[in-house]
Amino acid sequence: MSQDGGAKAYPTPPRASERRVLGHSVPRLEDLPLVMGQGRYAGDINFPHQLHMRIVRSAHAHAKLISIDTAAARTLPGVTAVWTSEDIPDLPPIDFRADRASEMLKPYRQPALARGRVRYIGDPVAAVFAENAYIAEDAAELVTMEVEELPVLLSASDPPGEFEAGRSTEAGIFHHSYGDIEAAFKNAHTVIELDLTTGRHSGVPMETRGALGRYDAARDILELHGAAKIPHRNKETLCRMLKRSPSALHVHESHVGGGFGIRGEIYPEDVLVLVAALRLGRPVKWIEDRREHLMCANQGRQQRHLARIAVDSEGRILGIEDEIFHDQGGYVRTHGANVPNRTMCMLTGAYRVPAYRAVAHFRLTNKTPAATYRAPGRFESTFVRSRLIDAVASKLGLDPVEVRKRNLITAAEMPYTIAFDEPHVENLELDSGDFPLLLDKALAAFRWDELQRDLKRRRAAGEAVGAGVAIFVEESGRGPSDGAKISVDTAGAVELITGGASLGQGFETAMAQICAEALGVDYQQVRVIHGHTDLIDHGIGAHATRATGLTGGAVHVTALMVRAKALEFASELLQTPVAELDIVAGTVARRDGKAGPSITLAEIAKRIAPGSKLLRGRTPQLAAHGWFNTSHTVFPYGVHLAVVRIDRETGHVAVERFLIGYDVGRAVNPMMIEGQLVGGCVQGLGGALYEEFVYDDKGEPLSSTLADYLIPTVRETPEFEVLLTEDAPSPLHPLGLKGAGEGGINGAGGVIASAIDDALGMPGAVTQLPVTPQRLRKLLREKSM
Amino acid sequence: MNEKIDIQLTINGRDHAICVEPRCTLVDAIRDECGQTGTHIGCEHGVCGTCTVVIDGEAVRSCLMFAVQAQGKQIRTVEGLASGNKLHPLQQAFIDHHGLQCGFCTPGFLMLASNALEREPQLEGEELLDLLASNLCRCTGYQNIVKAVRAAATELRKAEAAE
Repeated sequence: MSQDGGAKAYPTPPRASERRVLGHSVPRLEDLPLVMGQGRYAGDINFPHQLHMRIVRSAHAHAKLISIDTAAARTLPGVTAVWTSEDIPDLPPIDFRADRASEMLKPYRQPALARGRVRYIGDPVAAVFAENAYIAEDAAELVTMEVEELPVLLSASDPPGEFEAGRSTEAGIFHHSYGDIEAAFKNAHTVIELDLTTGRHSGVPMETRGALGRYDAARDILELHGAAKIPHRNKETLCRMLKRSPSALHVHESHVGGGFGIRGEIYPEDVLVLVAALRLGRPVKWIEDRREHLMCANQGRQQRHLARIAVDSEGRILGIEDEIFHDQGGYVRTHGANVPNRTMCMLTGAYRVPAYRAVAHFRLTNKTPAATYRAPGRFESTFVRSRLIDAVASKLGLDPVEVRKRNLITAAEMPYTIAFDEPHVENLELDSGDFPLLLDKALAAFRWDELQRDLKRRRAAGEAVGAGVAIFVEESGRGPSDGAKISVDTAGAVELITGGASLGQGFETAMAQICAEALGVDYQQVRVIHGHTDLIDHGIGAHATRATGLTGGAVHVTALMVRAKALEFASELLQTPVAELDIVAGTVARRDGKAGPSITLAEIAKRIAPGSKLLRGRTPQLAAHGWFNTSHTVFPYGVHLAVVRIDRETGHVAVERFLIGYDVGRAVNPMMIEGQLVGGCVQGLGGALYEEFVYDDKGEPLSSTLADYLIPTVRETPEFEVLLTEDAPSPLHPLGLKGAGEGGINGAGGVIASAIDDALGMPGAVTQLPVTPQRLRKLLREKSM
Repeated sequence: MNEKIDIQLTINGRDHAICVEPRCTLVDAIRDECGQTGTHIGCEHGVCGTCTVVIDGEAVRSCLMFAVQAQGKQIRTVEGLASGNKLHPLQQAFIDHHGLQCGFCTPGFLMLASNALEREPQLEGEELLDLLASNLCRCTGYQNIVKAVRAAATELRKAEAAE
């Protein structure tokens, strides 16, 4: 059985008050082992007789490799092998995901070990395999290389250079447009142009990456352990690269110490441990160190936008035009050109923009490769959109909130579809939402009017304080399909096997709640399994705020199938019509509460075991495998409001208050959603104020320790107010669910820029993120001049 | 230089006789030689606090010490926090207040806070925030960690007053 979310609109789902466990803030199933020190992260996994891998990395940002000398490393006692690209000539470069393959980007893929050239500092050049990690590191230091330095390209807005003979570092130019943009600008009352930049940030999970390869010769199965995010999709890619059949390679996820989009993609090291396990005949373990992480794991966000907006005399948007320079770093990794395309697709956000034209220059530089980091393209585009709207307000002398209200798409206009001119670009179909309502609720909760009076008084007293607002649309639950397997064992325990993944977000609890609600069991009785490709052959993983909606949809559908089967047999056993029965806490009994016979799910499972006479030709066991298919993305949305206080002496920005207003359609677990929103927002504050991967003029990364790449501590974190609303359940999801993984970070850059302008009394002052103390002091100097 | 030497580490009251190179860090020894993998490695340069353990009553970064330096000292790790199946109030408070998501930094925060509250049960306000600013978390945004530690501190003070 399957359910197609694209084919129909679902009825409005009940609220939590009418539900037993779905929608309630129940404690997480994940927590007990984690607080006991019984987690099992990549570094905690060991196999007997394993080797340890250490990568020798380029110390040059761009150079031709003349020779690599591995002789000294090979002779060090305890070293088994040292590989360069010559040892793995048949291994193809790290491939794009099957659904994102793009022929024109293929030449820019990263080889597992550099071939001929190195393209960023940290680029893997050789791999050492040794008895332990200490020896492997010693040996890696003995590997030397002779290179010929090449010109270093460090900015995507500089003219492109040569990637290789006859191939530009501009890997592609992409377009998104609709409407009559020429007319919009021609008829405008006011046109504003801004030059805006977002800095280079990344997810920086507390657990660095890790990978273990193991080959089981008896079954001819190659295993990758330490996987995350998208185990099934990675398995498909790895099978393609290593030419193995889909049943001969399996990927295993255990605990994952944070992901944020950057962990769990296929990197050179993942492929190398697999090839080495096959060829060296021993398990191979690799654990990344923090310096490697900050030099080699995907970075993101770095874009320059030359943005223009055309408005009428009342601040109504007539058109937006944007030219984007996307800094991709040394190679194109697994996502292809996803980030600049998402940037362009989502840039108009929650506003009615009659005409739009965006062009993105997708350019390679000699820095760490870039890819998706939480709210990819949306943190950037919300910053740009917010800056434009603030500029309109300031230029026309209007209230920034009022300008927003005039331009928001209303509930009456839903569903709202943007059809882009480019034939290959999919439509943006906002399924539901009431943006003005959320803005009003957020302003009221923040006591916005009172706040404005208070800020005015404080500014008059000499303080540099101000408030900002940012509004955004998020995306979640993109299809196409996910499945789930549920079985009830003869003790009444429920096993739920999904192709989802957990990066620490509470996936197990959310899935258990959805399953428990539909089936009628205690959620603590549900064992949720994920991230093992040998237990279920399809899985969507945990990315793009997809797990709760898509996998949750599959769990809901499948649990209903198991429920129907339980009721069918219970009805026979209890001599009561199905319509008069309900399942509560794992027991089937009369729905009306009248006394009568009852039976537990455990007992039903026993009674329909294989061979049971009761079956009369029907399938044994209390189990099902169901699917949820959808051809639609669903769109949650949010409002961020913030108050900042600036220290004019030091350039320090203190965030005094922050409100996140967010509509999730229907919440599975409000406590966990608030956790996602607040946690994401603090990452966003990092990107707005502190975090930046800086490179010197030779391409040397200067942010390669956590003392240089500054992620916020509790001291940089305000107390958050979270306004979680359920005003717009998605009509395209059986439970009305929309995702919440990225709504905390999306607007953080935009709102902080807005608040800093207000505090400085300098409209349009912030054009670049992060607003570090140095940059802020520069702004203050400009003001005093 | 890299010849291994025999040492003994005392972790949560139990002795572990191990043989390590002098350059082996304490956290590597705790994890790989003694099998206590509840203590995690986050940065290996003393910034993130993920590897925090308590040695002779002081919270320390176990990535910045050599194993040999911890000989003869009492080492406490997250595995020693609960009494059998009874959770330490901090562990329970982290669960109750959703003070963890991925859980990777959690043992470090638990050891940092449990040690501080043992030494100074009245710890609160700005001083408590200063303490918690020692460690990094990338998932929670800290709000719930602060709530959990405050709740556990209250719980611990109540328990002490009742004795």
